[in-house]
Amino acid sequence: MNLQLRYARDRVMLIGIVGLTLLVVVPLFLIIGYVIVNGIGGLNWNFFTQELGSPSRAMLGRPTGLVAAIVGTIIIDLIALAFALPFGIASGIMMSEYPEHPFTPVSRIMVSTLNGMPAVLMGLMAYALVVKNTGGFSALAGSVALAFVMTPIIARSTESVLRITPWSLREVGLSLGLPRWKVTLSLVLPAARPGIVTGVLIAFARAAGEAAPLMLTSFGNNFLTFNVRSPMDTLPQRLYSLAISPYKEWHAMGWGGAIILLLFVMITFFVGRVVVDRMEKRALGLQAMDKPKKN
Amino acid sequence: MADIPVTLSRAQQITPARYRAPGDLVFKIIILVLSSVVIALAFAMAIILWYEARPTFQAFGFLSFLTETTWDPVAAVHGTWPFIMGTLITSFGALLLSLLPALGVAIFVSEYAPKWVANIINYTVDLLAAIPSVVVGLWGVFIFAPFMRDTFYMPIYLWAVENAPWLEPILGAPSSYNLATATIILALMIVPYTVALSRDAIRLVPREQKEAAWALGATRWEVMRVAVLPYARSGIVAGVLLSLARALGETMAVAMLIGNRNRMPFSLFGPAATMPSVIINEFREAVETLHYTSLMAVGFYLFILTIGINLIASYVQRKLTQQRKSP
Repeated sequence: MNLQLRYARDRVMLIGIVGLTLLVVVPLFLIIGYVIVNGIGGLNWNFFTQELGSPSRAMLGRPTGLVAAIVGTIIIDLIALAFALPFGIASGIMMSEYPEHPFTPVSRIMVSTLNGMPAVLMGLMAYALVVKNTGGFSALAGSVALAFVMTPIIARSTESVLRITPWSLREVGLSLGLPRWKVTLSLVLPAARPGIVTGVLIAFARAAGEAAPLMLTSFGNNFLTFNVRSPMDTLPQRLYSLAISPYKEWHAMGWGGAIILLLFVMITFFVGRVVVDRMEKRALGLQAMDKPKKN
Repeated sequence: MADIPVTLSRAQQITPARYRAPGDLVFKIIILVLSSVVIALAFAMAIILWYEARPTFQAFGFLSFLTETTWDPVAAVHGTWPFIMGTLITSFGALLLSLLPALGVAIFVSEYAPKWVANIINYTVDLLAAIPSVVVGLWGVFIFAPFMRDTFYMPIYLWAVENAPWLEPILGAPSSYNLATATIILALMIVPYTVALSRDAIRLVPREQKEAAWALGATRWEVMRVAVLPYARSGIVAGVLLSLARALGETMAVAMLIGNRNRMPFSLFGPAATMPSVIINEFREAVETLHYTSLMAVGFYLFILTIGINLIASYVQRKLTQQRKSP
């Protein structure tokens, strides 16, 4: 093969690779663009303050909105976070601060197994554990299902953040005679706090977008409720039922709900990325300081 | 250095650190208990799914439930074969569709693009992974599915009817929601995972290896082909397997777009169903015990499928890191 041919092939490959990249990147902008264009019109005062009610309400033009879904999402997700936080953080500490303990490898395998599990299965498990035993669909069951989704994500991100906190920090503490638990609680965790918070935020955003486990546990509710023992509405699950409903008015509301969900997820995503990038840079700097300087 | 005899002071001999700090023990126990709950959760999942599905396994048998092709809740006959096929067809289809674009992006950002372009593309692709499945599904239902049917499926089908009748049973009459659309959307949703993992694999390729290829006068593409891709191969394979596991469990977008038909045979432009989609679509209406337990059994098989692929992927990945460490 002569040189000209090789150059030509190089160029063809470059074009191919750029083309493939565009093929992946363009749909993302299409999705975001369509959601914003179609949804922005549906966002008005009623959208945030009115209950959904029955379909006739929307068709007759009476005020309807998604306040039940928005409030329900906030309640269910916050309770889920409260359930997931201690277990997730503790697993993270276990995996990073006690590498010598025989439980640690088991922990690591199980966390990554749970991480790869489809969220539907978390819903099935929460149904069998909570809904079946308490006698009905409830917001609480939804929180448990979402906690199952959040816990492994929090555990994994906490572990990786604690691992990039410099080892010298622990050595400083231990050399001052601090016991290990105090080193962990008052030196390592505070140093890693921005990263841990970010990981929690990302887990929260991920769970906030999950519809599948909620459809099997919190069921949905067209009316506003604050009772966690009754079925409650959530945005992702409501989006699904609006999208497959036959009513045009509900479709418009679905686009509006999609904007809110998308905005929330995108904001947490960007905040998370900025914090992680900054932490990684700092960790690199400190690692450079860890190494003894050659004279 | 000669050994220097170490004599401990009396205080040190009497009170070793672990007696001075009972807090260590308490803290360790708290952490241990909390994290063992997470470990128990993974085991509980297998046990609960199996326990809830038991009546189905007793009624149909563990293996005949797997191979039975009828799913008819009214007649109380349940078999999971159509859903397993649906899941495998969509997942592998999505994998095939996404592999080349994903590799293209990974190569572009790690070897070709200037840093700022690479940063933008990395952000975009990672953001794609963060978009909730149900939002993608919504876009698919209202925009993508009608577009695909009118622009591609209908003309192709009409052409096939006139010119290639043998294609007809494979294609099937185009319905609004169908196998092909669901597969394409699924491909879009797993691309970010494949990109992220193959990007990491490509980044691990040592600089010397690439420089050696450059020094031999290779063009940019030849450096890719002879130095980078062969070295990153096993990492890419592991990434592809993990993306496959994602595809198997992807629920909402697929459930919204696949059309939900429980009967084989599936056709390309006709409706179908997958394991997660049947759980989502029928669970809320499953009032009969056998219907409920059968859906749990579908969940149990999905669990086994996912865990199997995850284990293979982590085995491949571990083998890779061991290979790198040994020389």
